Amino acid sequence: MDKNFAARRRRDLIIAAVLAAIAALTPLFVKDVVVQNVLILTLMYAGLSQSWNILSGYCGQISLGHALYFGLGAYTTELLFTKFGVLPWFGMLAGGTVSALIAMGLGYPFFRLRGHYFVIATIVIAEIGLLLFHNWEWAGAAMGITIPIRGDSWLKFQFARSKVPYFYFALVLCCIAWLVTWWLEDSKWGFWWRAVKDNPDAAESLGVDVFNSKMGAAAVSAFLVAVGGSFYAQFVSYIDPESVMGFQFSLLMALPAVLGGIGTLWGPVLGAAILIPLTEITRFKFGGSGSGVDLIIYGTLIVLISLALPRGLVSLFSRPKKTGATR
Amino acid sequence: MLTVETIVQSLASGLLMGLLYGLIAVGLALIFGLMDVTNFAHGEFLMIAMYLSFFLFAFFAIDPLLSAPLVAAALFVFGAVVYLLLVRFAMRAKANAGMVQIFTTFGLAIVMRGLAQYFFTPDYRSIPQSWLGGKTVSIGGIFLPEPQLVGALVSIAAFAGLYLFIHRTDFGRALEATREDPGAVALVGIDKNRVFAFGWGLGAALVGLAGAIMAVFFYIYPDVGASFALIAYVTVALGGFGSVFGAFAGGIIVGLVEAVTALVLPPSLKSVGIYAVYLLVVFIRPRGLFGSM
Repeated sequence: MDKNFAARRRRDLIIAAVLAAIAALTPLFVKDVVVQNVLILTLMYAGLSQSWNILSGYCGQISLGHALYFGLGAYTTELLFTKFGVLPWFGMLAGGTVSALIAMGLGYPFFRLRGHYFVIATIVIAEIGLLLFHNWEWAGAAMGITIPIRGDSWLKFQFARSKVPYFYFALVLCCIAWLVTWWLEDSKWGFWWRAVKDNPDAAESLGVDVFNSKMGAAAVSAFLVAVGGSFYAQFVSYIDPESVMGFQFSLLMALPAVLGGIGTLWGPVLGAAILIPLTEITRFKFGGSGSGVDLIIYGTLIVLISLALPRGLVSLFSRPKKTGATR
Repeated sequence: MLTVETIVQSLASGLLMGLLYGLIAVGLALIFGLMDVTNFAHGEFLMIAMYLSFFLFAFFAIDPLLSAPLVAAALFVFGAVVYLLLVRFAMRAKANAGMVQIFTTFGLAIVMRGLAQYFFTPDYRSIPQSWLGGKTVSIGGIFLPEPQLVGALVSIAAFAGLYLFIHRTDFGRALEATREDPGAVALVGIDKNRVFAFGWGLGAALVGLAGAIMAVFFYIYPDVGASFALIAYVTVALGGFGSVFGAFAGGIIVGLVEAVTALVLPPSLKSVGIYAVYLLVVFIRPRGLFGSM
């Protein structure tokens, strides 16, 4: 059983390396800017969803408020950059740290809540954040922040002429999120989280530190999502409260994992690879958002996959053998 | 600036709005109490009810107040159909049951919003000249908008009716019994699926009633349900999930808190008060104000 698990982990790592290598080569062939844009967003959401999955999938604390951390990452980076001239790379780390600290601060009261009460609390706290940024004059309020373009440079993490550097950063982000998940799966925390998810009371009585393992998951998850937010801010070079902290980000982080397979290693990547291009293509084909066709297709897909494949799309790939070792 | 009059005035309108919030939320509480399912498309149920009122007015010149029973009846059918075609199957999920229920209704919400955008366009609509629209009545020096006043009265009547229905009719008792023990109910020959379908119908009809009244004084657009849905979840959670009359009390609290917040903070922050009260209440009582279990 242990051997199976180790072999599966090694196989996962090899598959990931091959996929990453193939992905790294795509910019050599794909020159179309629109397609590049879709690829970057797909990688970004794969990474975000992978990070979301750590708290919500592995640890079972369903958050629909991760837009808060995404927005905090974006705002911390850009406020430091535009007000104090701090390079985005440091801003990224600062944003991640701020988000992780806030996630832990919120964890104290939040992790006492269960089920719907927890989910609604996460939605509510993200809404509060959104409203506060809307009214915070110094941070640009509803007008947001336009990031001044000072030319192409890795130092300032700005690229006006080509999207390829953003592509590679998104790829690295996605890989890091995947690797962190891969590593955590086989760590003490990974086992604790599964215990907490299945039955918190039983876990507690067996000596699992339920509270601290939830806090750890929240911190890691929030940190990575905030880095994603920093990246997104640099990528679009304009942020306002709605466009980085709106509820749609909470949703877009959750959906790939849910469709692909929540609490699984490959679910978020698989889900994002299908969902994000589909969203972008329908939006492109049916004349921008507003016609509603993109929402109809998107929503129908969510309903169908939820009903037909409750374990997510990854369940299509797992061979139906009931040894128990694969779980 | 803060005179006694302005405070009483805003508390009064907060109370009226709160009673409407209760009516919006009660369907959600009813369905949750009955079968442990949260309908994430609840706001979209409200949205189609508002559109229905609007079109009945625009095409047949039926005043929203007259068409309200029609809208509620249509929503009843819609709710029952949603249960029979979607939720029934979502409840059978063998893995990730909670997630499947959440995302089935969530997907439905997104489809409904998309359909509304496609067929009705994203334009804001309103009902220009209804019987109540824009009128106010003065009671003891306090001005109350008539649509909200009538809405509050309808809400009280609906809650009273619901109380009588649950406690005085056979079907109501079956509903209550199914809620307590679905397994045992099957033994005495009650078809669980029929009761659940009826529960969804009733829950949808109640939000339909609320939508018909909201259509008189609120803009109608495809995303209108989203903001009210969050308020409805907070209302239901405050009242304790599943407690039908907790939703009534929760609605009043939400309405009053919103009114008080609007007095002291900039108007754009008025929802912050509601959210903060939600957090405060669940931190002190993790199962809501009236939540048992």
